[in-house]
Amino acid sequence: MAQRVYGLMAEFDDPRALVNATAKAREAGYRRMDAYSPFPIEELHDATGAPPSRLPLITLTGGLVGCISGFLLQYWASVIAYPLNVGGRPFNSWPAFIPVTFECTILGAALAAVLGMLALNGLPMPYHPVFNVSRFALASRNRFFLCIEARDRKFDVDATRQFLQTLGPREVSIVDD
Amino acid sequence: MDQNEPSPVIAPGYTFGSVTDKISSIVLARRTPLGWYAGFLVSFLLVMLLLVSLTYLVVKGIGIWGNNQPVAWAFGITNFVWWIGIGHAGTLISAILLLLKQAWRTSINRFAEAMTLFAVACAGLYPLFHVGRPWLAYWLVPYPNTMGVWPQFRSPLIWDVFAVSTYATVSLMFWFVGLIPDLATLRDRSQSRVGRMIYGMLAMGWRGSARHWHQYDTAYLLLAGLATPLVVSVHTVVSFDFAISILPGWHTTIFPPYFVAGAIYSGFAMVLTLAIPIRAVYGLQDFITSRHLQNMAKVMLLTGLIVGYGYMTEAFIAWYSADQYEWFVPINRLTGPYAPAYWSLLFCNIVVPQLLWFRRVRTNVPALFVISLVVNVGMWLERFIIIVTSLHRDFLPSSWGMYAPTFWDLSTFAGTIGLFLALLFLFLRFLPMISIFEMRTMLPEAKVE
Repeated sequence: MAQRVYGLMAEFDDPRALVNATAKAREAGYRRMDAYSPFPIEELHDATGAPPSRLPLITLTGGLVGCISGFLLQYWASVIAYPLNVGGRPFNSWPAFIPVTFECTILGAALAAVLGMLALNGLPMPYHPVFNVSRFALASRNRFFLCIEARDRKFDVDATRQFLQTLGPREVSIVDD
Repeated sequence: MDQNEPSPVIAPGYTFGSVTDKISSIVLARRTPLGWYAGFLVSFLLVMLLLVSLTYLVVKGIGIWGNNQPVAWAFGITNFVWWIGIGHAGTLISAILLLLKQAWRTSINRFAEAMTLFAVACAGLYPLFHVGRPWLAYWLVPYPNTMGVWPQFRSPLIWDVFAVSTYATVSLMFWFVGLIPDLATLRDRSQSRVGRMIYGMLAMGWRGSARHWHQYDTAYLLLAGLATPLVVSVHTVVSFDFAISILPGWHTTIFPPYFVAGAIYSGFAMVLTLAIPIRAVYGLQDFITSRHLQNMAKVMLLTGLIVGYGYMTEAFIAWYSADQYEWFVPINRLTGPYAPAYWSLLFCNIVVPQLLWFRRVRTNVPALFVISLVVNVGMWLERFIIIVTSLHRDFLPSSWGMYAPTFWDLSTFAGTIGLFLALLFLFLRFLPMISIFEMRTMLPEAKVE
C-alpha cells in the first residue's frame, strides 16, 4: 500500500529565496502551504498571505478580565465579605485598590498572550509530518523550507514537484503523513 | 581601528550555522568544563548552608536573626529589596530595550532574564520566612476560608504579594517564550536520546513555520509591552512598603522613581558582574562585545546619577519640611552610629561610578568588573541604610535601639547568593545563554530586502 503523502517540501539556502518561492507559489495558485525558517521573517508572513493575528484582541480581553476581576475581588473582600473600619476610611477605598487591580490586569493580559499564542499555533503538538523529512532538522539551524500540502486543491505530486524545481531549491522531497 | 567607531554588536564572519553551533555547543558539549564543577560545588555548598539556616529558623523562630524592636526589618527586607532590584535589569533589557529597538540587547537578554528569575526566587524567600510562620504564608492569598477573614487590601504589604508574584510569573513566561525556538534547535541538534526527549518536550513541537513566527512575534511584542509598565510598578510597590508608612526617612514621594532607578542601577551592575567572567570563560567576546559592556556602563552612569539626585532630594526635603524628626534622619545618617555605612554608600554609589564618564574606563574590562562589584555593594548598603537608620531611632529616645546581624543573618544572605549562583550555573550548562534565533536575525544575510 502506498504511503499517504502530507506534501512536498523544497529546501532553500537563504531567506530571500524562501520569500521569493513562497510568493511565486501563491501566484501559481497554491494556498495550503507553509514556510519554515530558523528565525522570524516579516516578509514571509506577507508572502504566505495569512490573515493578521488575533492575538492582540485575545490579550486585550485577558487584560480586561484581569482588571475587572482584580477590582471586584478587592471590593467583595473589603466591602461585602469582611468590612473592616480602618481609621474611618470608606470600605470601598478604591485608590488603595489600584495597585492590585493593575497587577491583575498585567497578569491576565500576559497569561492570555502566552496561552493564546500557544493555542493559535496548536502547541504543544507531539507529532507533525514535516519532521519525517530528516533534513528538516536544519530548519532550526540554517536552512529554509517551503512545504506545499497535499490537501491543496491544486496539489499533484508530479506537477507540484516540477513547479518547485523551477524555484531553484537545493532539493525537493516528499513528506510522508 | 578608529577609536570613535562604535564596535559591532556581533563580530564579522559569522553565518546562521556557525552562530547556532557556537552557542548550542556550550550546552550540547559532552564534556563539562572543570571550572563549572568547581563553581557549582561552591555555590551548592552555600545552598546547603541556606537550607540549614532556614531549617534552624523554622525550628527556633525569627529570634535567631538580629532584628528586634525597634529594628524589626533588617537583613530580611534589605536583602529582599536588593535581590528584587537586581532582577529589574533583566526585564529592562528584554522588554524596554526591545520596544526601543536597541539591537545590542540581543546577546545579553537571555541570561539577564534568567538572572531576573533567580534573583526574584532569592527575593521571595525573605518575606516568606520573615513572616515567622512560613507554613501559614498562604494566608496572604485571598481565598475563601473557614475563618471568614480576607487580606487587608489597603496595605502595601498585600500589594507586594500581588506585584512580586505577578512579576515572577510574567518573567518566567517571557523567558520561556523566548526559549521555545532555541529549545527546538537543541532538540534537532542534540546527539543524545535523553537530550532530544527533554528538549523536544520543552519545545512543544515548535517547527518554525511562518504562521508560528507571526503569532510568536506578536506575543513577544505584547509581552514586552506588558512587562515594561510591570517592571516599573513592581519596584514602585516595593517602595510603597516604606513610603506609605509615616516613618521619617520613609514617608517621601521621591521613593517610587528613586527605587526604580536604583533597581535598574543595581541590576545592570549585576549583569556586568556576571557577563564579564562568563564571556571570558566561554569565549563569547564575539557576541558580547565591548559595545555591550560600554552601553551597560552608560546605563549605570545615568541611573547612578538619578539615584544621587534622589539622595539630594531626600536630604533637601527633610530640611525644607522644617520637621525636626525628618531633619534628624539625614543628620543621623551622616554622623550617627551607622555613619560609616552611609559614607561607604555615598562612596560606592556616587563617587566611584563617576569614573564611567571616561571612555578609557568604559573600555577597560577589569575596571568595569570592579566598578560593578562596588555598585552592587553600594546598592545593598543603600537598602540597609534606608531600613535600619529610620527604624533604630524611634520618635521617643526611650525606644531607641541598635541592630547588628547575627551569624544566621549572614549565613542566610550567603545562602541566597549560593542559590542564585547555583541556579545560574545550571542554566549555563543546560540552556543556551544567548538567544540563538535572535542572533541569527542580527546577521547581514538575514535581511530579505
